[in-house]
Amino acid sequence: MEKRVVFRSAWLPYALVAPQIAITVIFFFWPAGQAIWYSFQLQDAFGLKTQFVGLENFRALFNDAHYLESFKITAVFSFLVALCGIGVALLLAVMADRVIKGALAYKTLLIWPYAVAPAVAGVLWAFLFAPSIGIVTYLLKKNGIDWNWVLKGDQAMLLVVIAATWKQVSYNFLFFLAGLQSIPRSLIEAAAIDGAGPGRRFWSIVFPLLSPTTFFLLVVNVVYAFFDTFGVIDATTQGGPAGATQILVYKAYYDGVKAADLGGSSAQSAILMLIVIALTVVQFRFVERKVQY
Amino acid sequence: MKPKFRATLLASLGLIAAPAALAQVEIQWWHSMSGQHNEKINEIAKGFNASQTAYKLNPVYKGSYPESMTAAIAAFRAGNAPHIVQVFEVGTATMMAAKGAIKPVFEIMKEANEPFDAKNYLAAVTGYYTDSQGNMLSMPFNSSTAIFYINKDAYKKAGLDPNKAPKTWKEFTATAEKLKGAGQACVYTTGWPSWVHVENFSAWHNVPIGSKENGMAGFDAVFQVNSPLHVKHVSMLADYSKKGLFTYSGRKQEGEDRFISGECAMLTSSSSAIGKIRKGAKFDFSAHFLPYHDDVAGAPQNSIIGGATLWVMSGKKADEYKGVVKFFSYLSRPEVQMDWHTATGYVPITNAAFELTKKSGYYDKNPGADIAIRQLNNKAPTANSKGLRFGGFVQGREVIEAEIETVLQGKKDAQTAMNDAVSRGNDILRKFEAANK
Repeated sequence: MEKRVVFRSAWLPYALVAPQIAITVIFFFWPAGQAIWYSFQLQDAFGLKTQFVGLENFRALFNDAHYLESFKITAVFSFLVALCGIGVALLLAVMADRVIKGALAYKTLLIWPYAVAPAVAGVLWAFLFAPSIGIVTYLLKKNGIDWNWVLKGDQAMLLVVIAATWKQVSYNFLFFLAGLQSIPRSLIEAAAIDGAGPGRRFWSIVFPLLSPTTFFLLVVNVVYAFFDTFGVIDATTQGGPAGATQILVYKAYYDGVKAADLGGSSAQSAILMLIVIALTVVQFRFVERKVQY
Repeated sequence: MKPKFRATLLASLGLIAAPAALAQVEIQWWHSMSGQHNEKINEIAKGFNASQTAYKLNPVYKGSYPESMTAAIAAFRAGNAPHIVQVFEVGTATMMAAKGAIKPVFEIMKEANEPFDAKNYLAAVTGYYTDSQGNMLSMPFNSSTAIFYINKDAYKKAGLDPNKAPKTWKEFTATAEKLKGAGQACVYTTGWPSWVHVENFSAWHNVPIGSKENGMAGFDAVFQVNSPLHVKHVSMLADYSKKGLFTYSGRKQEGEDRFISGECAMLTSSSSAIGKIRKGAKFDFSAHFLPYHDDVAGAPQNSIIGGATLWVMSGKKADEYKGVVKFFSYLSRPEVQMDWHTATGYVPITNAAFELTKKSGYYDKNPGADIAIRQLNNKAPTANSKGLRFGGFVQGREVIEAEIETVLQGKKDAQTAMNDAVSRGNDILRKFEAANK
């Protein structure tokens, strides 16, 4: 007897997946295809004159030292955002999991930042750290730290990492909390009876059992740092000072939208697409092996 | 039955809509004036709408200068561009090159038989927006120039004469050191670093920013901001910064707020900040000419404008263009211009408006209010000081600013940074040239 459910109709399965395919084609493949097509072209701002230039846009990009620098900056930024985002969220989730009184209030408050738009989050942090009027700046200056991210690249990077992480911690927190609650109590209790301390229990039992969640969050966070953080950057440093926070996606946005260089921007989008494909493949092939489902 | 009903419905809807359409022609105006200036724009629109009944001008704030320009470009590509869009001076080359997307002002004036003479407008302003045949392409609107502000109270506190602002950078250094010695936390800051310290700086010292008359004589220009004078000036700023005489505030008008709050004692920024300063500053201040290097022969020359003009988009109906023309004429009226000039600090765009303001005694009552216009007219403009027109200068300006930042950070010396600014800037110019062949 056939165990799987099989559609007998020739067209029904296709009809059922058609809406999903249509959405994917219209909102993903079509724009992606257009970006690739534009990346071979040179256009004026208004789209009145178009020339086919082959790989010229790509050649120009890879001859630009600042574009190559942007790769490094993106790598540092993404690594920091993913690491801090996952680390802080895990810590908070473990803490919140142990709280009994007022647990709901803690959890709700921790989830709040997720509802804040990236640009708003950026403005918020920019205000706190503003070089002349920021509250945090005031405290730092009092302690002898010269805080001026308008000119200091490392501080600007720190600022955008904090803002981007703060927004993502809530999301990570939710998943970790759910993951923690699905770990059977009996396992932890058994370990406790065997004399394992809280630290030992966490590293030997909880953390390995959370690895599917962590892996999932790693993928999501890297993609987030690569693509969704441009609102944060646009609202704070706008890629400055001297390009210290110019991550790839912000440069693509800046060149395409603000500088009206559609060809160059599309070429950058095409490269970004390749990077994400490569990253995802690497993550699934190598990192996933270490994950225990 | 059903189709008939539909037809009646459509017809009656048409009847309702028709008189409204007949009554007034709507004109969309996208702009980038925020805060106090935005209120003034709405006032101007109200004034125009009240002055006649045929047209209704509808001003819409579309974000910063690059944002409203981008919005207009996107709207044009989608086929629903506004009638008028305010574009900053940096976007001039892009707009000029887009021959099919814009409608030159001199053309719509001619088509509408509106009496119009470009000579009535301020030469320092129109020169920037006129093609090689002398035709005015866009309507001058808000023009300012970079000027120098001092906090007189801070001067007094440091034992300096508050009525004697430094004229040269040499004097400036001495003054700045005194202020610093008196415990001033932020001695000097600037808004718009490239516009003030490279673009206006070049014109003020009569040296080119780029070849081909600063790009005005052709898109095949190259940047020349790595001259010994430019390098000397940038390394002077870096030296100030190291000694705590100069505080970098960012690429836009952030510095203005630090001056208004009293944190910084001296500021170089747009003359259009004067209204904001007057309103917000709790101290005595005065406005002056930009300092200059006295070892440069012929300096000071004249400064150049910044700000924006109004471009008319193509593909609109003839009666809509008529409305645009009527609005431009209204906008050029001396009393409208005087009101705009005195409220905002932007220079009046017609000679008649300048004369009217003079006659009204405004400049006597508000010393310093005519600094911008006097500085723009300091000497007859040369090829180096009549303006600039570089393709893709939104990016070009950011390149210059980023390179100056590396010098202030101490990562590069001034010569290397300005050389890099030139070579990166030229890449942008070549790309623009190729795209607009």
